[in-house]
Amino acid sequence: MSAPTGITRATLLKDLRLEWRSKDAINSMLFFSLLVVVVFSFSFDPSAEESRQIAGGLIWVAFLFAAVVALNQTWAREIRNQVLDAYRVSPAPANSLFIAKTLGNFIFVSVLEALMTPLFVVFYRLRALGPVWQLLLVAALGTWALVVNGTFFAAMSLRTRSREIMLPLLLFPISIPALLAMVQSTTAILNGEGARFWIVLLASYDLVFTTVCLLLFETVLNAE
Amino acid sequence: MTEAAPVPVVTVSNLIKQFGRFAALRGVTAEFSGGKLYAILGDNGAGKTTLLRTLAGLNQPSSGEILILGTNKFHDICQYVGYMAHPSLLYDEMSGMENLEYFARLYGIASSTRCAQVIRSVGLDPDLDRPVGQYSQGMRQRMSLARALLNDPRILLLDEPFSNVDLHSATEMVRLLVRTRDQGKTLFIVTHQASLLEGAADEFVWMESGKIVGRTRELKRPESAR
Repeated sequence: MSAPTGITRATLLKDLRLEWRSKDAINSMLFFSLLVVVVFSFSFDPSAEESRQIAGGLIWVAFLFAAVVALNQTWAREIRNQVLDAYRVSPAPANSLFIAKTLGNFIFVSVLEALMTPLFVVFYRLRALGPVWQLLLVAALGTWALVVNGTFFAAMSLRTRSREIMLPLLLFPISIPALLAMVQSTTAILNGEGARFWIVLLASYDLVFTTVCLLLFETVLNAE
Repeated sequence: MTEAAPVPVVTVSNLIKQFGRFAALRGVTAEFSGGKLYAILGDNGAGKTTLLRTLAGLNQPSSGEILILGTNKFHDICQYVGYMAHPSLLYDEMSGMENLEYFARLYGIASSTRCAQVIRSVGLDPDLDRPVGQYSQGMRQRMSLARALLNDPRILLLDEPFSNVDLHSATEMVRLLVRTRDQGKTLFIVTHQASLLEGAADEFVWMESGKIVGRTRELKRPESAR
């Protein structure tokens, strides 16, 4: 049998290849985020100071909603033609699939963030007063928090009739602590204040939920 | 001296599978020997697919026991089992070869040679660049069979392998399955096209209302199944 890392790599490459060919997730996410940026920029006309206060919330809520699109797509591919059954009957470990899916979603959402952040900066005239590297750290930790839970709950809602609605219902409440930490740390860094507490909280959240998801994923995958 | 009875590769004891209040399998008990081709027949809703999915480890029994190659731990023997479902279990956006290369990795098969070999064995071209979504239904069925054969399984579970396949291709598939049986593999084939397996199957297993109601050597519905 292949080493779990080999299976994770093969599954990740397969997902990237499928997304590259269909562009289902990335196009939907980009379109949604673009709408949020444009609509909000027309709705408000904040000063540079006000922008720094609201941008953290605005950015992360936009990315959270957009990420749900990618998260639903990632499992929809496995349901079509019941391909997931082919994985389930193989000796490949369940967690290799989970890690590959989470990494794939992390890449998709990171690409979205990389493309959308400059637009946020331009539309809201943002200029960080704190260190930018901390923003990058918050982005990485925050994105992981969204996708690790999102991938898990998307798998859980896979067999439900209205999974597109089920995923946000499960994901949003459990993401509140992470979202709070993401928004507060981003706002603090933009305003040149200390964000250490929120970053540590976010890192702890990631650690706890990644562990829990890894422990439970096999049960979720094989649930009938 | 008496001849030793063949050791069963699959033993099913009082297997019950319920979906909510509906019992799809109602106490299936049977033994199946190795190196044989079993055709599982019955009307729609008889429990054939549920039996196959339960043998494949995709459904957990509500009660009863399944022993495959002497164990009830599916994870220990899944590398020896091949499963072909009614849907293709293939990614529509990838070519047949790309699909098989991915599934091969799940079984620890790193070489593309094996993938090309099984694709050829089902009568398809491994160099065909088209995505599986653009295949005809018959080609998709054959590629799906290739996926099931990929890990050279000792036990092959096939659900409706001949559906939507033209007669010539179906006959070719039967020949391939007979060759596979002759290599010592055990095959379970759920089909509504039983006549294709006449002369090829070692035994016809008849199911009705979630039970095995008869086993015959000839393609003749037993009295108990009427």
